[in-house]
Amino acid sequence: MASKIKIKTKLSGDVADVKCLLLHPMETGARKDPDTGELVPAHHITQLTSTNNDVTVMLANFSTAISVNPYFGFKFRGARAGDTLKISWVDNLGGSDEIETTL
Amino acid sequence: MRLSRRLMLKGGLALAALAAMPRALLAAAWPASAFSETAATDAMTDLFGTDQTTASDQIRLKVPQIAENGAVVPVTITTTLADVESISIVVEKNPRPLAATFELPPGTLPDVASRIKMGQTSDVMAVVKTKSGLFSTSKEVKVTIGGCGG
Repeated sequence: MASKIKIKTKLSGDVADVKCLLLHPMETGARKDPDTGELVPAHHITQLTSTNNDVTVMLANFSTAISVNPYFGFKFRGARAGDTLKISWVDNLGGSDEIETTL
Repeated sequence: MRLSRRLMLKGGLALAALAAMPRALLAAAWPASAFSETAATDAMTDLFGTDQTTASDQIRLKVPQIAENGAVVPVTITTTLADVESISIVVEKNPRPLAATFELPPGTLPDVASRIKMGQTSDVMAVVKTKSGLFSTSKEVKVTIGGCGG
């Protein structure tokens, strides 16, 4: 399956500026289905990992309080043009997605 | 009798497999207990071992003063503190106050941005864990339409 992560990177000197948009419903488990009146079960991203050349640069733990289709931005030092940046996430129901890009 | 016992066993095994699955998928433990706490202080005690933080003006928390839509509240946290280990977002009056916690390996700049949901007007706190302790800063965000369920 094609990755549904959108990623944008910018390199200034050795600092990489990473911005990504993940596609995910991020259900809190507190919302009611408008048709049936039943609670929609929680379905949200729990962890996002990012590695640059296989070195972890970010480990983010998300809760249900992160918005639908989460946006996430961060910066890290020690990046070089041509590095392989990887972003992956897992959710509480075992779903996952990942993307690889070259800086 | 025998059949039901077999069924029970099978069911139990399936449950155990289900429970074990997400754990195996995660590289490092997702702090489930801290995320399920309903009080901000409890969540912080779960995560850091204490809810005492030092107020710091070296943390810059960028949030809107008034959020028209509580479902999407942009948050940016940067700090000039040294040796940052993690940055967390705590929304005091959310049903689950701990919104997210970002673990920063050395080399990653303490500069993160995301969007959070807010149920109602509340203080948003940025908690920065450094080698020398916990620092925080907070700002009130007024929410006109809540973003948690409803």
